[in-house]
Amino acid sequence: MESNLNRNSRIDNFLNRIPVLGDVLKRPLGVLGFTIVLGFALVVIFAPLIAPHSSDALDIPHKLEGPSSTYLLGTDHLGRDILSRLIYGSRIALGTAISAVGIALSLGLFLGLISGYLGGYIDNIILVILDSIQAFPAVILALAVLALLGPSLLNVILVIGLTWTPGYARVIRAQVLSIKENMYIEAERSLGASRKRVILIHILPNILAPLVILLAMDMPVVITFEAGLSFLGLGVPPPTPSWGAILSEGFRFIRNSPWPITWAGLTLMLTTLGFTLFGETLRDVLDPRFSGLWRA
Amino acid sequence: MTVVVLMVVIIILALLVHIVPGDPARVFLGQRATPDLIARFRSSMDLDQPAYIQIARFLWRTLHGDLGVDLWTGRSLTDTIGDVLPHTIILAWTSLLLAVVVGIPLGVFSASHPDSWADRATAILSISFITIPNYVGGLIMLLVFAVQLKVLPAMGVGESGDPIDYIRHLVMPSVALAIPWVGYLARLVRTSLLEVFNADYIRSARAAGLKENLILYKYALKNALIPTMAVLGVGIGNLMGGAVFVEVIFNRPGMGTLIFNAIQMRNYPLVRAGVLIVALLFILANLLTDIVYTYLDPRIQMERK
Repeated sequence: MESNLNRNSRIDNFLNRIPVLGDVLKRPLGVLGFTIVLGFALVVIFAPLIAPHSSDALDIPHKLEGPSSTYLLGTDHLGRDILSRLIYGSRIALGTAISAVGIALSLGLFLGLISGYLGGYIDNIILVILDSIQAFPAVILALAVLALLGPSLLNVILVIGLTWTPGYARVIRAQVLSIKENMYIEAERSLGASRKRVILIHILPNILAPLVILLAMDMPVVITFEAGLSFLGLGVPPPTPSWGAILSEGFRFIRNSPWPITWAGLTLMLTTLGFTLFGETLRDVLDPRFSGLWRA
Repeated sequence: MTVVVLMVVIIILALLVHIVPGDPARVFLGQRATPDLIARFRSSMDLDQPAYIQIARFLWRTLHGDLGVDLWTGRSLTDTIGDVLPHTIILAWTSLLLAVVVGIPLGVFSASHPDSWADRATAILSISFITIPNYVGGLIMLLVFAVQLKVLPAMGVGESGDPIDYIRHLVMPSVALAIPWVGYLARLVRTSLLEVFNADYIRSARAAGLKENLILYKYALKNALIPTMAVLGVGIGNLMGGAVFVEVIFNRPGMGTLIFNAIQMRNYPLVRAGVLIVALLFILANLLTDIVYTYLDPRIQMERK
């Protein structure tokens, strides 16, 4: 009995040391997701090396052409190489998504920790603010704010960050509420630990797993959200090659050439698929209680 | 709580204009900024009053259904919005209906054949659906069915008083909006159904020898659909937001195109009124879902005390 328990705990320890990524890669859909995400990351890093042309080199005589040996995916209405624009656009997509989610995460951590740990009327005030932000459909709120601030890369990042903050704050608050009831927190407090110490040393590490899941799942949503805003002309202003702008220009010339829309659409779908599969598998691995919805 | 949120939303919208860099009147009127127009713009939004008056007047007028008057056309904004709002509501509800009618049976089918090849195929199909943003789906459908095949109309809502034409114009926008939700609902229903299948009362029903179909439709599905109900409220708001994209793509009158065009024309009072209405509808939808949800699942009331 005794040795059995010991062995079990040793196995548990061993399992805990296996990197999460290894578990993700044990599942076929996880492999697919990881491959797409990795490919996307490589494109982002090596964009200047991979792109066959500059993202804004004009070639008006060859505008709106289909795929050819010079322009592998064809050209847009100004004769710019679609492939190169998509490759450089990946930088905008990932850069915006990471910065925006970073802002949402920092603000959400701040509000969620305070709200969950302190409780009382501060908690209530924060909840009302979060509820009010969530009372707007995200797109509509972003449109209203961008209409006032004007479209720019920074504004888009700020607006998406703000729109996503309530989601993070709520998850963090809920986690804090459940962790704070544990005996070890009470023990630590009765030993005279400061609030700051309890929050930073004991609560924060325990909410990391759900946060990683949330981050992974939000990446594709934020990427499509940014592309959508750019499609409406409220994202990153031209001539920056963002995926949404490529779609929007393709839309204007939809009767002249199907290529810009087709390629930009496929790129967005493939990226979303990769991140979604990766995020879902990560969730299955990190939080087995949560699984099911995505287990395929 | 809903009332408090409603108030805060109105306060946010009343004061949001101040985040504009510079004098709002000059920024929005731009070239058109004659002293007379600036004065009218300021007084219509109470910009010459202190903040609390701006809030109070905006609140007062909103409660009386008065959203203000268009500075340029002199038309009441309530009328302008009233004209296009039905189109967006029809679009959003049609999409939701499509998502429910296709997504829920897919999920039920998937859950009643767990781990079969059909289940896997459905899983891949639903995940692929989820990854198609509505504007990408809309653009690709526009390209295929309107530009290339020319089988469906590309623009507008059709002739007034011709229901068949209206429906033909509704097909592509509503399908584009519904696609991700079909995938999402299919996954959600599958999960909750599989969870319910593990419950004791289903095991008892099986032990008692009830037919699988009876168990599924009479006992399991009822409970499995409760979580689905909860997301539908969020769904309708999400669809009304997403309507911006498909309305712009298919050049359909509606709240989305109204707000979008108002932004292009820098008609901020109209933007604000449009956003307010969409937010109010969203809050209302969430409130209704909460009520229906507690009615369907009395356990929730008990948990909330």
